[in-house]
Amino acid sequence: MSDQKKFMFVNRKAPHGTIYALESLEVVLITAAFDQDVSLVFLDDGVYQLKRGMQTKGIETKNFSPTYRALDGYDVEKLYVERESLEARGLTEDDLLVDVEVLGRDELSTLMEQQDVVLSF
Amino acid sequence: MKLGILVNEGPYQHQASDSAYLFCKAAIARGHEVSRVFFYHDGVNNATRLTEPPQDDRNVVQRWSKLAEEHGVDLVVCVAAALRRGIKDEVLAPGFRISGLGQLVEIGIEADRLVTFGD
Repeated sequence: MSDQKKFMFVNRKAPHGTIYALESLEVVLITAAFDQDVSLVFLDDGVYQLKRGMQTKGIETKNFSPTYRALDGYDVEKLYVERESLEARGLTEDDLLVDVEVLGRDELSTLMEQQDVVLSF
Repeated sequence: MKLGILVNEGPYQHQASDSAYLFCKAAIARGHEVSRVFFYHDGVNNATRLTEPPQDDRNVVQRWSKLAEEHGVDLVVCVAAALRRGIKDEVLAPGFRISGLGQLVEIGIEADRLVTFGD
């Protein structure tokens, strides 16, 4: 299986409340292990996945925030955040726990068009 | 065209599994190949043979089994997502098998299109 495809993961949901964010991360890590070209997009409530200072003890769920910091160890370095989603929620890049590239909606759609596989969680 | 399908929601609660099934039927009828359907998140609940809907309702699980039998579609359930939700080999309906997420990535690589059904 020598093919390398461009996989984009579009994360649209808040980190807790549903399991999408956590299980999306699992697919991201496996896809990286398959040596694919992986990129992640965070938009809508998905931007909260990268919010600094997450504490989940009170809701007795796993805090998987540290996994985002570990992504570059898996050669997953392309993280994009939608500017409009950040602004709508009163967040800035400084609120995020990893380095990202903030892009506008138009730029993101261009990027999406270049992908082979887009998985939206 | 060779298609891979991803189903992310459970049966009955959500339309995703119905839409995915109808999409598969339509694609096959048009001469396309649906080589694998991968069940993830609550989608793994589509795989249990313990499902017993009322008689006047569609049987979502049996429909998938029939599709596998008639068209050789590979129905794969994610092991991690399945174990979390109590789906194990002993409850699998015919045509389903449990395997890893690598099967999803593989079909993403091999298929011409990977089509997702879910929220």
